[in-house]
Amino acid sequence: MKIGLLHSLIRKEEKLLLEAFHKAGVEPIMIDDRKLIMDFHSAPDIDILVERSINHSRALHALRLFESAGVCCVNSHKVAQICGDKLLTTAALKDHGIAQPASRVAFTEESALAAIEELGYPVVLKPAVGSWGRLLSKINDRDAAETVLEHKTVLGSYHHSIFYIQQYIDKQGRDIRSFVVGDDCIAAIYRSSDHWITNTARGAQASKCEVTAEVAEISLAAAKAVGGGIVAVDLFESDEGLLVNEVNYTMEFRNSIDTTGIDIPQVVANYVIALVNQ
Amino acid sequence: MGECPVCAAEVEVAKDAISGELLVCEDCGAELELIKTVPVELAEAPSAEEDWGQ
Repeated sequence: MKIGLLHSLIRKEEKLLLEAFHKAGVEPIMIDDRKLIMDFHSAPDIDILVERSINHSRALHALRLFESAGVCCVNSHKVAQICGDKLLTTAALKDHGIAQPASRVAFTEESALAAIEELGYPVVLKPAVGSWGRLLSKINDRDAAETVLEHKTVLGSYHHSIFYIQQYIDKQGRDIRSFVVGDDCIAAIYRSSDHWITNTARGAQASKCEVTAEVAEISLAAAKAVGGGIVAVDLFESDEGLLVNEVNYTMEFRNSIDTTGIDIPQVVANYVIALVNQ
Repeated sequence: MGECPVCAAEVEVAKDAISGELLVCEDCGAELELIKTVPVELAEAPSAEEDWGQ
């Protein structure tokens, strides 16, 4: 069995995945995206590619080329494309009727300001492509809106003038991250912080969250909406029930194994091996 | 063992470490990338880029 593992830096997650594959008797073929050269026709001789690049842009393009060369990829290029772009994620969730915060997209400072006022303060302005909670802006009033929009327009690249505006959800200091592997929602954590941004990369604390029927149902529906596979779903608790905030396609799980008691990397490795054996 | 490229301290490298792995220098706190295991070669890890992580 030839399982390729696309990576750049080897983080804790990749080490844990390697250990899990070793336990299952598989030695993955390591493919460093920094050394990779692709010719649009062929790919390394592997049965399946597990994508674990730290760079979204490299992962996205490499997946397209591996698939073009006939290699099955986990996750697929389609999943990476949808999850890597908040506009596409929102559209996919909407197409599948999945609850999510209200959002708007605008392309100029003026229309973005109008969209913000239409949604009502506070709102959260997010880069369409971004992670770890970087460059998120919670905008509480018109003065802040005008300032942030001008700064993004003048100082940012054109990507930052695609204004993705989301209704601010008062999540009482925490959100939920659930982990979906194939047809199963295997685990979930609360991410708690005094700050309104609750990414663990920004210091939020992880604690166990029971995978209730509601958590499992919306997580599996969100995973299916983006194309399925191995994803982490970020959920907000609201008065209207759970809302999907984002779906992550190269999920980070180092803080969630001891917390949940679930050997997430082993579940992932077993899932990949089962795909090859199908 | 390897040498930290920032502060020249000795950095312990685990037997099962692999190329590309991230390490932290205990002395100066620099985040390092293991470039080669035999002989051990360490470099400063790349800074986080805009499209890193999830």
